[in-house]
Amino acid sequence: MLYAILCYHDEDTVGSWTKEQDAAVMKKLAVVQGALTKQGRLGPVARLLPTTSATTLRKDDPPLVIDGPYAETKEQLLGFYIVDCNNLDEALDVARDLGAANPGGAYEIRPVGMMTPGSLKT
Amino acid sequence: MTDTAWIDTALSSARPQAVGALLRYFRNLDTAEEAFQNACLRALKSWPQNGPPRDPAAWLIMVGRNVAIDDIRRSRKQEPLPEDAAISDLDDAEEALAERLDGSHYRDDILRLLFICCHPELPATQQIALALRIVSGLTVKQIARAFLVTEAAMEQRITRAKARVADADVPFETPGAVERAERLSAVAAMIYLIFNEGYSASGDTAEIRSPLCEEAIRLARLLLRLFQSEPEIMGLTALLLLQHARAAARFDAEGAFVLLDDQDRSLWNQKMIAEGLALIDKAMRHRRSGPYQIQAAIAALHARAARPEDTDWTQIDLLYGALEIMQPSPVVTLNRAVAVSKVRGAEAALELIEPLGQRLSSYFHFFGVRGAFLMQLGRNDEARVAFDRAIALANTSAEAAHIRMHLDRLMRDSQPNGAEVRKK
Repeated sequence: MLYAILCYHDEDTVGSWTKEQDAAVMKKLAVVQGALTKQGRLGPVARLLPTTSATTLRKDDPPLVIDGPYAETKEQLLGFYIVDCNNLDEALDVARDLGAANPGGAYEIRPVGMMTPGSLKT
Repeated sequence: MTDTAWIDTALSSARPQAVGALLRYFRNLDTAEEAFQNACLRALKSWPQNGPPRDPAAWLIMVGRNVAIDDIRRSRKQEPLPEDAAISDLDDAEEALAERLDGSHYRDDILRLLFICCHPELPATQQIALALRIVSGLTVKQIARAFLVTEAAMEQRITRAKARVADADVPFETPGAVERAERLSAVAAMIYLIFNEGYSASGDTAEIRSPLCEEAIRLARLLLRLFQSEPEIMGLTALLLLQHARAAARFDAEGAFVLLDDQDRSLWNQKMIAEGLALIDKAMRHRRSGPYQIQAAIAALHARAARPEDTDWTQIDLLYGALEIMQPSPVVTLNRAVAVSKVRGAEAALELIEPLGQRLSSYFHFFGVRGAFLMQLGRNDEARVAFDRAIALANTSAEAAHIRMHLDRLMRDSQPNGAEVRKK
């Protein structure tokens, strides 16, 4: 069974780390990730940019683009995509296409700051 | 629990919202600040035992308000002190308050708090000091250090600024759309001032003053979270991030200023650059251009160039052209001239800045840039005159040292050389 582990933290706290503190945490994480990678058990790992860089597409008819992160609590996180796009407009186009195929709910679009592909064999 | 760092973080991130709300209740800055201080003291006592409240800001507002009201009552009636327990029974109250604290309300609270610091009668340095004290909650000592003045002098500056602000008539009603937009733009300008205060530091003080840049970024992010659909606030945040991303490369080991062309680009902070670029991307979708967005777009073109020769100077020239129309200023034209020199040569650039001589007759960068253009054209005698003038007008030793480097080079040879005008 594959498991997704979603990371939650206070972005003010994480954002206030110095470069050295940040690097120290990443180094410790890399040890854990490294072991999993060797075993071929680690999938993609992504670090997202802060929520201020987020845009949300409400999958209404017509779809509505809202600046900022997804802020409602009535829907639940059911999945995610990682897509390679030249800019936000392209990412929104992809989200619109996906939304047309599966209306209702919303997509939050967040730029990925850092990503490692992992070593999963599918 | 001995580790109380989480409390400090919680208190400082709750501060703008809590002080803003307390100011709305009491309509007096001193009372609001004191109430917040008292609430913090209680938090330090209560949180390590009981754990953090669900909504720290709401807790602080509630406690701060109750303590202050009790203080007021006590001084009126000369009654004995109330039991600590009587004002600390907050569990229900917090919940009730949290419900009333809807987003739009505290948004205006924070904006008002920031706006009060931008009082037009206050000189820029006082606006900044006041904002750092009241909104950011830096200590007088920290602010004094960043401004390179004594604590006593900073204390006096802040007290004076507060007195002025107290007389000012800032309405406490929820602002209308136009009023809100005006406040937002005044606050954005003030945040940019805070940033520049740190960014314009010379090499020997850059490290001491860089917290000002970080604080400005924190405030810009705060503002952006409150006003998520304002492209100019996205632009401002992007601009600050992209400029600050170069911090580690801007000075050499001796503290001398390093030109953009000569900077070690591997020292640029890619995380900040990525965030800055993402924000501009987001801002552009709104098709409502503005000075911060344009300046951010210019900074982005520099950030995107892996090597100096990859810089898209044509696009930078165009962007400065747009900025000139939006916000005509000889300094903008001077910046544009640097781009023009790269695209169409020093002759054209020199022609562009010639008419600015009178208005920029006491501006260091004008003579530095002019000298560099003249040097590129091999007009060394004229270049030397311009550089001498620049040295006489230098604001910091780093600026003077940088020009002296040009003069030395002139003495040695007359190789062409680029120049950067610092954005200010």
